[in-house]
Parts: sequence; structure tokens; C-alpha cells
Amino acid sequence: MSLIDSVSLPRSFRLPRVDGLIQWIVPLAIIAIWQVASVTGFVPTRVLPAPSDVLLAGWKLLLSGELVRNIWVSFWRASIGFLIGGSIGFAFGLANGLSQLSAKLTDTTLQMVRNVPHLALIPLVILWFGIDESAKLFLVALGVFFPIYLNTLHGIRTVDPQLIEMGRIYGMSDGELFRRVIFPGALPSIFVGIRFALGIMWLTLIVAETIAASSGLGYMAMQAREFMLIDVVVLSILIYALLGKLADSASRVLERLTLSWHPAYWKR
Amino acid sequence: MQTAVRSSLPETEFTSRANFAPHARVVREERQGERQAQTTGLPLSIRGLRKSFGDNEVLRGIDLHIPAGQFVAIVGRSGCGKSTLLRLIAGLDKIDAGSISFGQDVQPEDIRVMFQEPRLLPWARVLANVEVGLGRDRALGDAHARAEKALTEVGLADKRDQWPSVLSGGQKQRVALGRALVSRPRVLAFDEPLGALDALTRISMQRLLERVWRDQGFTAILVTHDVAEAVALADRVLVIDEGRIAHDVTVNAGRPRQRGSAELAGLEGSILSHLLSADDRT
Repeated sequence: MSLIDSVSLPRSFRLPRVDGLIQWIVPLAIIAIWQVASVTGFVPTRVLPAPSDVLLAGWKLLLSGELVRNIWVSFWRASIGFLIGGSIGFAFGLANGLSQLSAKLTDTTLQMVRNVPHLALIPLVILWFGIDESAKLFLVALGVFFPIYLNTLHGIRTVDPQLIEMGRIYGMSDGELFRRVIFPGALPSIFVGIRFALGIMWLTLIVAETIAASSGLGYMAMQAREFMLIDVVVLSILIYALLGKLADSASRVLERLTLSWHPAYWKR
Repeated sequence: MQTAVRSSLPETEFTSRANFAPHARVVREERQGERQAQTTGLPLSIRGLRKSFGDNEVLRGIDLHIPAGQFVAIVGRSGCGKSTLLRLIAGLDKIDAGSISFGQDVQPEDIRVMFQEPRLLPWARVLANVEVGLGRDRALGDAHARAEKALTEVGLADKRDQWPSVLSGGQKQRVALGRALVSRPRVLAFDEPLGALDALTRISMQRLLERVWRDQGFTAILVTHDVAEAVALADRVLVIDEGRIAHDVTVNAGRPRQRGSAELAGLEGSILSHLLSADDRT
């Protein structure tokens, strides 16, 4: 009943600001319930510290500069790894989508590599790179590679052949055909790949930093565990959630900007 | 483009490379002006045309002459090879045997095709979609102006900045027509362009097709499964059966034609009976 009521509200009641805030109601409610549960002792603080304690721990780390430094290190690793793996995946996706020869040559190999869980390579990667930066970058790049590769390839292969024929009839050169028909046609699929890749990017980075690192958010959480600082552990997890949300929002903005022709991205 | 310009000038004028460019520009402008003033259709001669897909022989020897500027409709049951004939004329598929000639060298821009689907680029605004039709002239400075003129011809000047996805089916097809017209083609091939439209939109599109054909004088070849449409628009209706031209019917009715007149209805009936008798045989 309440759902129906909210849907049939007159438009004038729904201010645009409220629409933007509505998505935060559930997370804020969860935090509020959590706070109450902690304060009343329903949840022991040894199991889960109160949100206020987590906030306090965050404030202390912020003052010491440790938090900013670790977030920055993680953010840097994630972006560089994403850029490297994403570019290579995009390049292979393009090559294999456009050239039969290239696809025959590399696709089977890539499919085999894809089926190895990239996190299973961590022991090997530590042996190769130590716990150096390159180890984390390698893992992130590898994890990001496949969703971008597969979705770019799929996007290019599923461009409407009738549009390609049309482009040829109207005398488009190969470059023009790519720029005006094939790439824009593949873009929605490429974005799906990017959003998958962003999820994998954080996952990989967290695991890699937890196991082998001397800085970063994952390292911060592991250190905190050693000293039984459960509030810092929870803080790290919450920051991961926020960073993930941030990355997702960024890709949505990019989608809206580049896919404005697509009815699915029009504001309703 | 350059080869065309070169061959249209006397060789003696090219005394040095240096003065080639300014000459070329002048000639090109003249040529465009001349073409916009009076576009002439191209005649079309087809000799012994054959085409097979695997074991399936779709066209079994087509001989046909279409005079410049004629409006020809091609009808036939589905699978009779009418669309294949059109694709061969438009140069979209390779000829197995025989020949198609236009009596002179043609530029790709001289022959345009319009399909049943509008085939607009969804990520390009309406005006940019029309500009695609300019082919290699897209890069020229007057591309915008020419595209806008073509949009005005099809009555969609006010939609120039819209995305194709907001247009109705009939409007999309009009944009596709504008795109086909913008290069001032001399042969325009229609592959059931109105097949997916509702009855009323069809009739207004038929009027639009007839009007632009009369204005521009291109040679029109219309493939359709709708015999009423064929007799309403064409000077001549070809009935194709089993890969050959079974009947060649001249439509003498004056223009503009009265839809549903007794003369056209009689003609439609006789063509339909040809088609149906072929159906009974199989």
C-alpha cells in the first residue's frame, strides 16, 4: 500500500533533491539501527564496534595522515592497474572483434587464461614480484583485463550488420566506419565491461593488499587485526564500500555523457 | 571525385600541376550547380543477368532496359529474386554472369539504395544521419547546407537536432529518404521501403516518393510486394517469376494518379492474376 502511495504522489511533492537522496535512506537506516544495537549492548563491541567508534577511529587516522596516505596508495594502485589491464583488454577486444585472423590466433589462449582464477596466481606473483607495487598492479590488470576484453569483443561482434552495410554503401572508409558505426555501436557493451571490471578491480586489490603489502587499505585492515583494532578493520571495509560506489557513479556519469542517444539512458 | 573532374576537362588545360587545384575547384562547383539545377536519371541496361546462392539459382537470365528517368516497379512472390535483382543493380552483391551497365562511368554517389529498415545511426542526430548520404562530399564545407536542404525536401527540417529513436517509423523512413537524396543520385533503388509502415503513412510516403522523383528526375527502381503501390507509382511494372521477367506491364495512367481509380484497379487486378496463376502452378 505504501509503495503504491509513493508512486502516485503528485510530481510537485517530489523535489529533485529528494530523488537524489532517496538512495541513501537504506544505508543510513542500517547505520542508525547498528548504532542503537551497539549502544544498548545488543551487539557486543568486541564483535562489532558502534558506528560512532568507527567514525572516531577514522578521525584519529585522518589526523595522523595515515588514512589519507593508505587510501591514496590503494586508489593509485587501482587506477593504474585498471588503466593497464583495461587498455590491453580493450586493444585485444578491438583486434579480435575486427580481425578474424587475430581472433583465431589469440582467442583460445585468452579463454584458457580466463578460466584460471586470477587470485590463484597470488603465490606465483609473490615469487615473481615480491610484495612490490608491480605485484598488485599485475593482479589488478589481469583481473580487469577479461571483463573489458570480453565485452568489447561482444560489443563489436554484435554491431548491426545492416548499419555496417549502410556505411559501406555510403562510401565510408575503414577508419570512418569504425569511428562512426562500429565503435559507437559497441560502446554500451564496453561500458558493461567497465562496470564489471571496476568491481573486480577493488576485489583483487583488497585481496592482494591483505596478503602481500606494506601500505594501502588492505594492509591497514590487516595491521589493525594484528593489534585487535576492530574499529579500524570495520572502517576499512566501509571505505571499500564507499570507494566502490564512487567508481560505479563515475562510470554512470560517463555512460550518461557518451550514450545520450540511447533511450535507456534518458532521465525518466 | 578527382578522376571525374579530370576527365570532364580538356587535357590541354592541364599545362602544369600548379594550376590544377583552382581549376578543379571551379569545375567542381559548376558541376554541382549544374546537377542541382537539373538532375538527370541514368539509363540502365541489363543483359543475361544470373545469380545463384549455392545451389539455389535465384536469377536465371534477366534482360532489361530501363530508360533514363523511368519509374519501374518490380513485383513478385517472396523468394522470386526481386530483391536480389535490386541488390545487384545497386552493386551490393557480385554478379555471377551477365552485365549491368549505366551507359557511362558512374560515381558511387550516383546510385543510392533505400531499404525496408531505415538503417539510421542511432547515435547520430537526424542532420548528421542525412550528411552520411553525401559519401565522399561529407568533408566539404557545404555538407550542412545540403543535408538541411534534403531534410526540408522530406519535410523534417524541424527534426534536425533530434535523435532517431524519438522519431516515428514513417519519420525515420523519411530521414532515410533524405539521406538517399542528399547526394542527388541518378538512380534510386527502393527495397520495399514502405513495407513496415501503417496504411496511412504508406500513402503519404508514396506521395512523397512520387513528388521527389518528379522534382529530381532520377531513375527509380522500386521493389515491392504491394501491387497497388506498384501501379500507383510506376510507369512500368515488371513481374518476376522463377528468376525471369514474366511480365512487363506499362502503366499509362496520367499523374498525379487517382488512387483507387477504375483504370489502376483493373491493372492491379490483372497483375495480381498473373502472380496468382504462377502461384497455382507450383
